[in-house]
Amino acid sequence: MNAESPSDAVRSTGAKEKISIRNLSFYYDQSKALKGINLPLYERQVTAFIGPSGCGKSTLLRILNRIYELYPKQRAEGEVMMDGENILTSKEPVDSLRSKIGMVFQKPTPFPMSIYDNIAFGIRLYEKLPGSEMNDRVESALRRAALWDEVKDKLHTSGQGLSGGQQQRLCIARTVAVKPEVILLDEPCSALDPISTARIEELIDELKTDYTIAIVTHNMQQAARCTNYAAFMFLGELIEFDTTEKLFTSPSQPKTQEYITGRFG
Amino acid sequence: MASSAITIRRRFRSKVFMGLSIAAAGLGLLMLAIILGTLIYKGVAGINLAVFTEMTPPPGSEGGLLNAIFGSVVMTIIAIVIGTPISILAGTYLAEYGRYRRLAHIVRFINDILLSAPSIVVGLFVYEILVTTLGHFSGIAGAIALSILVIPIVVRTTEDMLRLVPDTLREAAASVGTPRWRMIVSIAYRAASTGITTGVLLAVARISGETAPLLFTALNNQFWSSDLNQPLASLPVVIFQFALSPYEDWQQLAWTGALLITLSVLILSIFARMITARKAQR
Repeated sequence: MNAESPSDAVRSTGAKEKISIRNLSFYYDQSKALKGINLPLYERQVTAFIGPSGCGKSTLLRILNRIYELYPKQRAEGEVMMDGENILTSKEPVDSLRSKIGMVFQKPTPFPMSIYDNIAFGIRLYEKLPGSEMNDRVESALRRAALWDEVKDKLHTSGQGLSGGQQQRLCIARTVAVKPEVILLDEPCSALDPISTARIEELIDELKTDYTIAIVTHNMQQAARCTNYAAFMFLGELIEFDTTEKLFTSPSQPKTQEYITGRFG
Repeated sequence: MASSAITIRRRFRSKVFMGLSIAAAGLGLLMLAIILGTLIYKGVAGINLAVFTEMTPPPGSEGGLLNAIFGSVVMTIIAIVIGTPISILAGTYLAEYGRYRRLAHIVRFINDILLSAPSIVVGLFVYEILVTTLGHFSGIAGAIALSILVIPIVVRTTEDMLRLVPDTLREAAASVGTPRWRMIVSIAYRAASTGITTGVLLAVARISGETAPLLFTALNNQFWSSDLNQPLASLPVVIFQFALSPYEDWQQLAWTGALLITLSVLILSIFARMITARKAQR
Protein backbone atom coordinates (compact mmCIF):
# COMPACT_ATOMS: atom_id res chain seq x y z
CA MET A 1 0.00 0.00 0.00
CA ASN A 2 1.33 3.47 -0.70
CA ALA A 3 0.73 6.43 1.51
CA GLU A 4 -1.75 8.17 -0.78
CA SER A 5 -4.75 6.03 0.07
CA PRO A 6 -5.40 4.28 3.36
CA SER A 7 -4.45 0.64 3.51
CA ASP A 8 -7.00 -2.04 4.26
CA ALA A 9 -5.66 -2.34 7.78
CA VAL A 10 -6.10 1.38 8.36
CA ARG A 11 -9.56 1.43 6.83
CA SER A 12 -10.72 -1.49 8.93
CA THR A 13 -10.10 0.43 12.16
CA GLY A 14 -12.81 2.91 11.16
CA ALA A 15 -11.15 5.73 13.10
CA LYS A 16 -12.06 9.34 12.41
CA GLU A 17 -9.52 11.75 10.98
CA LYS A 18 -8.65 14.61 13.35
CA ILE A 19 -5.94 16.12 11.22
CA SER A 20 -5.43 15.61 7.50
CA ILE A 21 -2.09 16.58 6.10
CA ARG A 22 -2.38 17.17 2.37
CA ASN A 23 0.41 17.66 -0.10
CA LEU A 24 2.52 19.34 2.52
CA SER A 25 5.98 20.62 1.61
CA PHE A 26 8.40 22.50 3.82
CA TYR A 27 11.42 24.66 3.13
CA TYR A 28 14.32 25.77 5.29
CA ASP A 29 15.33 28.79 3.25
CA GLN A 30 16.05 27.17 -0.16
CA SER A 31 16.29 23.56 0.87
CA LYS A 32 13.20 21.40 0.68
CA ALA A 33 12.83 19.35 3.84
CA LEU A 34 9.41 17.80 3.20
CA LYS A 35 8.14 16.73 -0.18
CA GLY A 36 4.39 16.53 -0.64
CA ILE A 37 3.37 14.68 2.52
CA ASN A 38 -0.14 13.20 2.72
CA LEU A 39 -1.02 11.78 6.09
CA PRO A 40 -4.01 11.43 8.42
CA LEU A 41 -3.88 11.69 12.21
CA TYR A 42 -6.78 9.80 13.71
CA GLU A 43 -8.81 11.09 16.62
CA ARG A 44 -7.86 9.69 20.02
CA GLN A 45 -5.18 7.53 18.49
CA VAL A 46 -1.41 7.63 18.78
CA THR A 47 0.53 8.03 15.55
CA ALA A 48 4.28 7.46 15.47
CA PHE A 49 6.57 9.29 13.07
CA ILE A 50 9.60 7.11 12.52
CA GLY A 51 12.60 7.25 10.22
CA PRO A 52 16.33 7.93 10.25
CA SER A 53 17.74 11.26 11.48
CA GLY A 54 17.10 14.11 9.10
CA CYS A 55 14.15 12.43 7.40
CA GLY A 56 11.84 15.29 8.33
CA LYS A 57 9.75 13.74 11.10
CA SER A 58 10.45 16.51 13.64
CA THR A 59 9.96 19.09 10.91
CA LEU A 60 6.55 17.60 10.18
CA LEU A 61 5.61 17.71 13.86
CA ARG A 62 6.71 21.33 14.15
CA ILE A 63 4.42 22.35 11.31
CA LEU A 64 1.34 21.01 13.06
CA ASN A 65 1.37 23.77 15.71
CA ARG A 66 3.16 26.27 13.47
CA ILE A 67 6.04 26.52 15.94
CA TYR A 68 8.41 26.83 12.98
CA GLU A 69 7.04 30.35 12.46
CA LEU A 70 9.16 31.56 15.37
CA TYR A 71 12.12 31.40 13.01
CA PRO A 72 12.83 33.28 9.81
CA LYS A 73 13.18 31.71 6.38
CA GLN A 74 11.10 28.64 7.15
CA ARG A 75 7.94 28.10 5.19
CA ALA A 76 5.27 25.47 4.65
CA GLU A 77 3.17 24.82 1.55
CA GLY A 78 0.11 22.64 1.34
CA GLU A 79 -2.70 21.98 3.78
CA VAL A 80 -3.03 20.83 7.35
CA MET A 81 -6.75 20.41 7.87
CA MET A 82 -8.00 20.18 11.44
CA ASP A 83 -11.76 19.88 11.92
CA GLY A 84 -12.28 21.12 8.38
CA GLU A 85 -10.05 24.18 8.56
CA ASN A 86 -6.55 24.66 7.15
CA ILE A 87 -4.52 25.63 10.19
CA LEU A 88 -1.72 27.02 8.04
CA THR A 89 -3.97 29.75 6.67
CA SER A 90 -6.48 29.94 9.52
CA LYS A 91 -7.60 33.39 10.63
CA GLU A 92 -7.50 32.23 14.22
CA PRO A 93 -4.59 33.84 16.09
CA VAL A 94 -1.65 31.48 16.12
CA ASP A 95 -1.40 31.65 19.93
CA SER A 96 -4.88 30.33 20.51
CA LEU A 97 -4.32 27.74 17.80
CA ARG A 98 -1.24 26.51 19.65
CA SER A 99 -3.20 26.24 22.88
CA LYS A 100 -5.27 23.57 21.10
CA ILE A 101 -2.23 21.71 19.82
CA GLY A 102 0.19 21.20 22.69
CA MET A 103 3.77 20.10 22.32
CA VAL A 104 6.33 18.34 24.51
CA PHE A 105 9.97 18.52 23.55
CA GLN A 106 12.99 16.26 23.54
CA LYS A 107 14.58 17.94 26.54
CA PRO A 108 12.32 18.84 29.46
CA THR A 109 11.56 22.57 29.41
CA PRO A 110 10.13 23.61 32.77
CA PHE A 111 9.49 27.35 33.01
CA PRO A 112 11.64 29.22 35.55
CA MET A 113 8.88 29.29 38.17
CA SER A 114 7.25 27.05 40.77
CA ILE A 115 5.73 23.69 39.93
CA TYR A 116 2.28 25.15 40.57
CA ASP A 117 2.89 28.16 38.36
CA ASN A 118 4.31 25.98 35.59
CA ILE A 119 0.87 24.43 35.30
CA ALA A 120 -1.18 27.54 36.10
CA PHE A 121 0.73 29.70 33.60
CA GLY A 122 -0.93 28.25 30.51
CA ILE A 123 -4.37 28.14 32.13
CA ARG A 124 -4.16 31.82 33.13
CA LEU A 125 -3.51 32.79 29.51
CA TYR A 126 -7.00 31.88 28.40
CA GLU A 127 -9.12 31.48 31.53
CA LYS A 128 -9.82 33.57 34.60
CA LEU A 129 -10.36 31.09 37.41
CA PRO A 130 -10.94 31.65 41.11
CA GLY A 131 -8.17 30.28 43.34
CA SER A 132 -9.89 27.07 44.41
CA GLU A 133 -10.81 26.11 40.85
CA MET A 134 -7.28 26.84 39.74
CA ASN A 135 -5.98 24.56 42.49
CA ASP A 136 -8.27 21.82 41.22
CA ARG A 137 -7.10 22.28 37.67
CA VAL A 138 -3.47 22.16 38.69
CA GLU A 139 -4.06 19.05 40.76
CA SER A 140 -5.95 17.23 38.04
CA ALA A 141 -3.30 18.08 35.45
CA LEU A 142 -0.57 16.77 37.74
CA ARG A 143 -2.60 13.64 38.49
CA ARG A 144 -3.14 13.16 34.78
CA ALA A 145 0.61 13.23 34.27
CA ALA A 146 1.16 10.80 37.18
CA LEU A 147 3.21 13.40 39.02
CA TRP A 148 0.84 14.55 41.77
CA ASP A 149 1.98 12.18 44.50
CA GLU A 150 5.61 13.11 44.00
CA VAL A 151 5.14 16.88 44.08
CA LYS A 152 2.00 17.57 46.13
CA ASP A 153 4.05 18.65 49.15
CA LYS A 154 6.34 20.97 47.22
CA LEU A 155 4.10 22.68 44.70
CA HIS A 156 5.67 26.04 45.41
CA THR A 157 9.27 25.03 44.85
CA SER A 158 10.94 25.56 41.49
CA GLY A 159 10.01 23.22 38.67
CA GLN A 160 13.64 23.22 37.64
CA GLY A 161 14.59 21.36 40.81
CA LEU A 162 12.81 18.18 39.72
CA SER A 163 14.53 15.19 38.15
CA GLY A 164 14.59 14.89 34.36
CA GLY A 165 11.75 12.38 34.24
CA GLN A 166 9.65 14.44 36.65
CA GLN A 167 10.35 17.57 34.63
CA GLN A 168 9.15 15.84 31.49
CA ARG A 169 5.95 14.74 33.22
CA LEU A 170 5.57 18.33 34.47
CA CYS A 171 5.76 19.46 30.85
CA ILE A 172 3.11 16.92 29.90
CA ALA A 173 0.94 18.10 32.80
CA ARG A 174 1.40 21.68 31.66
CA THR A 175 0.35 20.73 28.15
CA VAL A 176 -2.69 18.79 29.36
CA ALA A 177 -3.72 21.62 31.71
CA VAL A 178 -4.67 23.94 28.86
CA LYS A 179 -7.03 21.26 27.50
CA PRO A 180 -5.63 20.84 24.03
CA GLU A 181 -7.19 18.59 21.40
CA VAL A 182 -3.93 17.34 19.98
CA ILE A 183 -0.63 16.61 21.73
CA LEU A 184 2.64 16.52 19.81
CA LEU A 185 5.55 14.67 21.40
CA ASP A 186 9.00 15.22 19.93
CA GLU A 187 11.17 12.33 21.16
CA PRO A 188 9.87 12.88 24.70
CA CYS A 189 11.91 10.03 26.22
CA SER A 190 15.26 10.42 24.49
CA ALA A 191 16.78 12.28 27.45
CA LEU A 192 15.28 9.97 30.09
CA ASP A 193 16.31 6.82 31.90
CA PRO A 194 14.41 3.54 31.25
CA ILE A 195 12.17 3.84 34.33
CA SER A 196 11.10 7.39 33.48
CA THR A 197 10.62 6.27 29.90
CA ALA A 198 8.30 3.47 30.98
CA ARG A 199 6.22 5.93 33.03
CA ILE A 200 5.90 8.31 30.10
CA GLU A 201 4.86 5.44 27.83
CA GLU A 202 2.17 4.38 30.28
CA LEU A 203 1.06 7.96 30.34
CA ILE A 204 0.82 8.17 26.56
CA ASP A 205 -1.37 5.10 26.63
CA GLU A 206 -3.70 6.74 29.12
CA LEU A 207 -3.76 10.12 27.41
CA LYS A 208 -4.97 8.72 24.13
CA THR A 209 -8.44 8.20 25.61
CA ASP A 210 -8.83 11.99 25.46
CA TYR A 211 -6.32 13.32 22.99
CA THR A 212 -5.07 12.83 19.48
CA ILE A 213 -1.36 12.19 19.81
CA ALA A 214 1.55 12.31 17.40
CA ILE A 215 4.96 11.15 18.60
CA VAL A 216 8.35 11.34 16.96
CA THR A 217 10.58 8.53 18.14
CA HIS A 218 13.82 6.83 17.27
CA ASN A 219 12.96 3.91 19.46
CA MET A 220 11.30 1.14 17.43
CA GLN A 221 10.21 -0.78 20.52
CA GLN A 222 8.60 2.35 21.87
CA ALA A 223 6.72 2.91 18.63
CA ALA A 224 5.59 -0.71 18.65
CA ARG A 225 4.57 -0.56 22.33
CA CYS A 226 2.50 2.56 22.54
CA THR A 227 1.24 3.68 19.13
CA ASN A 228 -1.71 2.69 16.97
CA TYR A 229 -0.47 4.03 13.67
CA ALA A 230 2.98 4.58 12.27
CA ALA A 231 4.33 6.70 9.47
CA PHE A 232 7.75 5.85 8.08
CA MET A 233 9.58 8.77 6.54
CA PHE A 234 12.77 8.90 4.54
CA LEU A 235 14.58 11.90 3.01
CA GLY A 236 11.60 14.20 3.40
CA GLU A 237 9.10 11.79 1.93
CA LEU A 238 6.44 9.65 3.50
CA ILE A 239 7.31 6.11 2.48
CA GLU A 240 4.57 4.23 4.24
CA PHE A 241 1.68 4.80 6.60
CA ASP A 242 -0.24 2.00 8.23
CA THR A 243 -1.41 0.60 11.50
CA THR A 244 1.59 0.11 13.73
CA GLU A 245 0.99 -3.63 13.82
CA LYS A 246 0.88 -3.94 10.06
CA LEU A 247 3.84 -1.62 9.48
CA PHE A 248 6.02 -3.51 11.92
CA THR A 249 4.99 -7.03 10.95
CA SER A 250 4.46 -6.89 7.22
CA PRO A 251 5.42 -3.55 5.72
CA SER A 252 4.54 -3.13 2.06
CA GLN A 253 7.62 -1.07 1.16
CA PRO A 254 11.08 -2.66 1.05
CA LYS A 255 12.61 0.56 2.49
CA THR A 256 10.39 0.28 5.58
CA GLN A 257 11.34 -3.35 5.99
CA GLU A 258 15.03 -2.44 5.85
CA TYR A 259 14.64 0.34 8.41
CA ILE A 260 12.62 -1.53 11.00
CA THR A 261 14.89 -4.53 10.81
CA GLY A 262 17.82 -2.23 11.47
CA ARG A 263 19.60 -2.52 8.15
CA PHE A 264 20.10 1.25 7.95
CA GLY A 265 19.33 4.42 9.86
CA MET B 1 61.22 4.05 24.00
CA ALA B 2 59.87 6.69 21.66
CA SER B 3 56.54 6.99 23.39
CA SER B 4 58.08 7.75 26.75
CA ALA B 5 60.24 10.47 25.19
CA ILE B 6 57.06 12.04 23.84
CA THR B 7 55.41 11.71 27.22
CA ILE B 8 58.31 13.42 28.95
CA ARG B 9 58.29 16.23 26.42
CA ARG B 10 54.53 16.68 26.85
CA ARG B 11 54.81 16.73 30.62
CA PHE B 12 57.57 19.30 30.37
CA ARG B 13 55.52 21.53 28.07
CA SER B 14 52.51 21.16 30.28
CA LYS B 15 54.55 22.25 33.29
CA VAL B 16 56.01 25.24 31.44
CA PHE B 17 52.57 26.48 30.38
CA MET B 18 51.09 25.85 33.78
CA GLY B 19 53.96 27.82 35.31
CA LEU B 20 53.43 30.73 32.91
CA SER B 21 49.70 30.79 33.61
CA ILE B 22 50.22 30.77 37.36
CA ALA B 23 52.85 33.51 37.09
CA ALA B 24 50.52 35.69 35.01
CA ALA B 25 47.61 35.17 37.40
CA GLY B 26 49.93 35.87 40.34
CA LEU B 27 51.20 39.09 38.77
CA GLY B 28 47.64 40.32 38.25
CA LEU B 29 46.68 39.48 41.81
CA LEU B 30 49.82 41.10 43.16
CA MET B 31 49.04 44.39 41.38
CA LEU B 32 45.51 44.28 42.73
CA ALA B 33 46.79 43.60 46.24
CA ILE B 34 49.26 46.49 46.05
CA ILE B 35 46.60 48.91 44.84
CA LEU B 36 44.06 47.79 47.43
CA GLY B 37 46.68 47.72 50.17
CA THR B 38 47.88 51.25 49.45
CA LEU B 39 44.32 52.47 49.20
CA ILE B 40 43.32 50.98 52.52
CA TYR B 41 46.55 52.03 54.24
CA LYS B 42 46.28 55.63 53.12
CA GLY B 43 42.48 55.88 53.06
CA VAL B 44 41.54 54.41 56.42
CA ALA B 45 43.66 57.00 58.21
CA GLY B 46 41.29 59.72 57.05
CA ILE B 47 38.02 58.02 57.87
CA ASN B 48 36.11 59.80 60.62
CA LEU B 49 32.63 61.11 61.22
CA ALA B 50 33.46 64.45 59.60
CA VAL B 51 33.93 62.73 56.22
CA PHE B 52 30.24 61.87 56.22
CA THR B 53 28.88 65.00 57.88
CA GLU B 54 30.90 67.95 56.61
CA MET B 55 31.37 69.64 53.26
CA THR B 56 34.55 69.70 51.22
CA PRO B 57 36.77 72.27 52.95
CA PRO B 58 38.94 75.09 51.62
CA PRO B 59 42.61 74.18 51.88
CA GLY B 60 44.00 74.20 55.39
CA SER B 61 40.76 73.67 57.27
CA GLU B 62 38.72 70.75 58.55
CA GLY B 63 36.05 69.19 56.38
CA GLY B 64 34.51 66.10 54.84
CA LEU B 65 33.04 64.73 51.67
CA LEU B 66 29.30 64.86 52.35
CA ASN B 67 28.42 67.04 49.35
CA ALA B 68 30.52 64.85 47.05
CA ILE B 69 29.03 61.59 48.38
CA PHE B 70 25.54 63.01 48.02
CA GLY B 71 26.21 64.24 44.47
CA SER B 72 27.68 60.90 43.41
CA VAL B 73 24.78 58.90 44.86
CA VAL B 74 22.14 61.17 43.32
CA MET B 75 23.72 61.26 39.87
CA THR B 76 24.29 57.51 39.88
CA ILE B 77 20.69 56.81 40.84
CA ILE B 78 19.32 59.17 38.19
CA ALA B 79 21.66 57.72 35.56
CA ILE B 80 20.48 54.19 36.37
CA VAL B 81 16.83 55.23 36.45
CA ILE B 82 17.16 56.85 33.02
CA GLY B 83 19.47 54.27 31.48
CA THR B 84 18.09 50.93 32.66
CA PRO B 85 14.60 50.95 31.10
CA ILE B 86 15.93 52.19 27.76
CA SER B 87 18.68 49.59 27.81
CA ILE B 88 16.46 46.68 28.76
CA LEU B 89 13.98 47.56 26.04
CA ALA B 90 16.78 47.92 23.48
CA GLY B 91 18.39 44.66 24.59
CA THR B 92 14.99 42.96 24.35
CA TYR B 93 14.61 44.19 20.80
CA LEU B 94 18.05 42.89 19.87
CA ALA B 95 17.56 39.47 21.46
CA GLU B 96 13.88 38.81 20.82
CA TYR B 97 12.12 40.83 18.15
CA GLY B 98 14.93 42.01 15.94
CA ARG B 99 17.28 39.08 16.30
CA TYR B 100 17.40 38.26 12.61
CA ARG B 101 16.81 41.77 11.29
CA ARG B 102 19.30 44.07 9.65
CA LEU B 103 18.42 46.92 11.99
CA ALA B 104 19.48 44.77 14.95
CA HIS B 105 22.90 44.19 13.40
CA ILE B 106 23.36 47.94 12.97
CA VAL B 107 22.16 48.77 16.48
CA ARG B 108 24.40 46.06 17.95
CA PHE B 109 27.41 47.43 16.05
CA ILE B 110 26.77 51.00 17.20
CA ASN B 111 26.21 49.82 20.75
CA ASP B 112 29.55 48.07 20.73
CA ILE B 113 31.23 51.27 19.57
CA LEU B 114 29.49 53.18 22.35
CA LEU B 115 30.61 50.53 24.82
CA SER B 116 34.24 51.20 24.05
CA ALA B 117 33.95 54.95 23.46
CA PRO B 118 36.18 57.01 25.77
CA SER B 119 33.97 58.48 28.46
CA ILE B 120 35.45 61.93 27.95
CA VAL B 121 33.82 61.95 24.51
CA VAL B 122 30.47 61.30 26.15
CA GLY B 123 31.20 64.18 28.53
CA LEU B 124 31.95 66.50 25.62
CA PHE B 125 28.82 65.37 23.81
CA VAL B 126 26.59 66.25 26.78
CA TYR B 127 28.54 69.49 27.25
CA GLU B 128 27.67 70.45 23.68
CA ILE B 129 24.00 69.54 23.76
CA LEU B 130 23.09 70.43 27.36
CA VAL B 131 25.64 72.59 29.10
CA THR B 132 26.16 75.07 26.28
CA THR B 133 22.46 75.30 25.46
CA LEU B 134 21.45 75.77 29.12
CA GLY B 135 24.41 78.04 29.67
CA HIS B 136 25.65 76.40 32.88
CA PHE B 137 26.99 73.18 34.38
CA SER B 138 24.41 71.08 36.22
CA GLY B 139 23.89 67.87 38.15
CA ILE B 140 21.29 66.71 35.67
CA ALA B 141 23.77 67.06 32.80
CA GLY B 142 26.17 64.90 34.80
CA ALA B 143 23.49 62.28 35.39
CA ILE B 144 22.63 62.20 31.69
CA ALA B 145 26.28 61.80 30.74
CA LEU B 146 26.51 58.86 33.16
CA SER B 147 23.28 57.35 31.79
CA ILE B 148 24.84 57.36 28.32
CA LEU B 149 27.63 55.22 29.80
CA VAL B 150 25.08 52.91 31.44
CA ILE B 151 23.14 52.20 28.27
CA PRO B 152 25.68 50.24 26.20
CA ILE B 153 26.62 48.05 29.20
CA VAL B 154 23.07 47.13 30.10
CA VAL B 155 21.98 46.74 26.46
CA ARG B 156 24.78 44.29 25.95
CA THR B 157 24.18 42.23 29.10
CA THR B 158 20.42 42.20 28.54
CA GLU B 159 20.88 40.89 25.02
CA ASP B 160 23.50 38.33 26.07
CA MET B 161 21.44 37.07 28.98
CA LEU B 162 18.24 36.81 26.92
CA ARG B 163 20.16 34.90 24.28
CA LEU B 164 21.27 32.44 26.93
CA VAL B 165 17.61 31.59 27.51
CA PRO B 166 17.27 28.46 25.38
CA ASP B 167 15.02 28.62 22.33
CA THR B 168 13.35 25.44 23.51
CA LEU B 169 11.94 27.44 26.44
CA ARG B 170 10.51 29.96 23.98
CA GLU B 171 9.04 27.13 21.94
CA ALA B 172 7.61 25.52 25.06
CA ALA B 173 5.96 28.80 26.03
CA ALA B 174 4.59 29.26 22.52
CA SER B 175 3.20 25.75 22.48
CA VAL B 176 0.88 26.37 25.43
CA GLY B 177 -0.42 29.34 23.46
CA THR B 178 1.64 32.15 25.01
CA PRO B 179 1.76 35.37 23.00
CA ARG B 180 5.27 36.61 22.32
CA TRP B 181 5.22 39.65 24.64
CA ARG B 182 3.93 37.48 27.46
CA MET B 183 6.65 34.92 26.86
CA ILE B 184 9.27 37.67 27.06
CA VAL B 185 7.86 39.28 30.21
CA SER B 186 6.94 36.16 32.17
CA ILE B 187 9.53 33.67 31.03
CA ALA B 188 12.54 35.13 29.27
CA TYR B 189 12.99 38.02 31.74
CA ARG B 190 12.53 35.68 34.64
CA ALA B 191 15.12 33.26 33.32
CA ALA B 192 17.52 36.12 32.59
CA SER B 193 16.79 38.26 35.65
CA THR B 194 19.97 37.41 37.55
CA GLY B 195 22.17 38.25 34.59
CA ILE B 196 20.36 41.49 33.84
CA THR B 197 20.59 42.56 37.52
CA THR B 198 24.30 41.81 37.47
CA GLY B 199 24.62 43.93 34.34
CA VAL B 200 22.94 46.88 36.03
CA LEU B 201 25.20 46.52 39.09
CA LEU B 202 28.22 46.36 36.78
CA ALA B 203 27.06 49.59 35.21
CA VAL B 204 26.74 51.19 38.66
CA ALA B 205 30.28 50.08 39.44
CA ARG B 206 31.52 51.47 36.16
CA ILE B 207 29.92 54.92 36.47
CA SER B 208 30.65 55.41 40.14
CA GLY B 209 34.31 55.90 39.29
CA GLU B 210 33.86 58.02 36.16
CA THR B 211 35.51 61.43 36.31
CA ALA B 212 35.93 62.67 32.76
CA PRO B 213 32.27 62.93 31.76
CA LEU B 214 31.46 64.77 35.00
CA LEU B 215 34.20 67.37 34.53
CA PHE B 216 32.34 68.71 31.50
CA THR B 217 28.85 68.41 32.88
CA ALA B 218 28.29 68.50 36.64
CA LEU B 219 31.65 70.16 37.24
CA ASN B 220 32.02 70.49 41.01
CA ASN B 221 30.58 72.35 43.94
CA GLN B 222 32.42 73.18 47.13
CA PHE B 223 29.20 73.69 49.03
CA TRP B 224 26.13 71.68 49.86
CA SER B 225 23.71 71.69 46.95
CA SER B 226 20.76 69.48 46.17
CA ASP B 227 19.72 71.56 43.17
CA LEU B 228 20.17 69.43 40.09
CA ASN B 229 20.09 72.54 37.95
CA GLN B 230 23.32 73.75 39.57
CA PRO B 231 26.87 72.37 39.46
CA LEU B 232 27.09 69.31 41.69
CA ALA B 233 30.01 67.80 43.55
CA SER B 234 30.91 64.15 43.05
CA LEU B 235 33.50 61.85 44.59
CA PRO B 236 35.57 61.21 41.45
CA VAL B 237 35.85 64.89 40.55
CA VAL B 238 36.70 65.84 44.14
CA ILE B 239 39.34 63.10 44.21
CA PHE B 240 40.72 64.38 40.92
CA GLN B 241 40.92 67.94 42.21
CA PHE B 242 42.18 67.13 45.71
CA ALA B 243 44.73 64.50 44.68
CA LEU B 244 46.39 66.94 42.30
CA SER B 245 46.52 69.70 44.92
CA PRO B 246 49.64 70.48 46.99
CA TYR B 247 47.65 70.50 50.27
CA GLU B 248 48.09 67.49 52.51
CA ASP B 249 44.61 67.59 54.08
CA TRP B 250 43.06 67.63 50.59
CA GLN B 251 45.23 64.72 49.53
CA GLN B 252 44.09 62.78 52.61
CA LEU B 253 40.44 63.40 51.70
CA ALA B 254 41.18 62.20 48.14
CA TRP B 255 42.57 58.91 49.49
CA THR B 256 39.56 58.48 51.73
CA GLY B 257 37.17 59.23 48.85
CA ALA B 258 38.93 56.68 46.66
CA LEU B 259 38.59 54.10 49.41
CA LEU B 260 34.87 54.88 49.76
CA ILE B 261 34.26 54.36 46.03
CA THR B 262 36.23 51.12 46.03
CA LEU B 263 34.41 49.79 49.08
CA SER B 264 30.98 50.63 47.69
CA VAL B 265 31.82 48.90 44.39
CA LEU B 266 33.08 45.92 46.38
CA ILE B 267 29.89 45.79 48.43
CA LEU B 268 27.83 46.01 45.24
CA SER B 269 29.76 43.10 43.71
CA ILE B 270 29.26 40.98 46.82
CA PHE B 271 25.58 41.87 46.74
CA ALA B 272 25.39 40.84 43.07
CA ARG B 273 27.09 37.54 43.89
CA MET B 274 24.65 36.91 46.69
CA ILE B 275 21.67 37.42 44.40
CA THR B 276 23.19 35.04 41.86
CA ALA B 277 23.96 32.45 44.51
CA ARG B 278 20.48 32.56 46.00
CA LYS B 279 18.98 32.20 42.53
CA ALA B 280 21.18 29.19 41.83
CA GLN B 281 20.19 27.52 45.09
CA ARG B 282 16.49 27.55 44.37
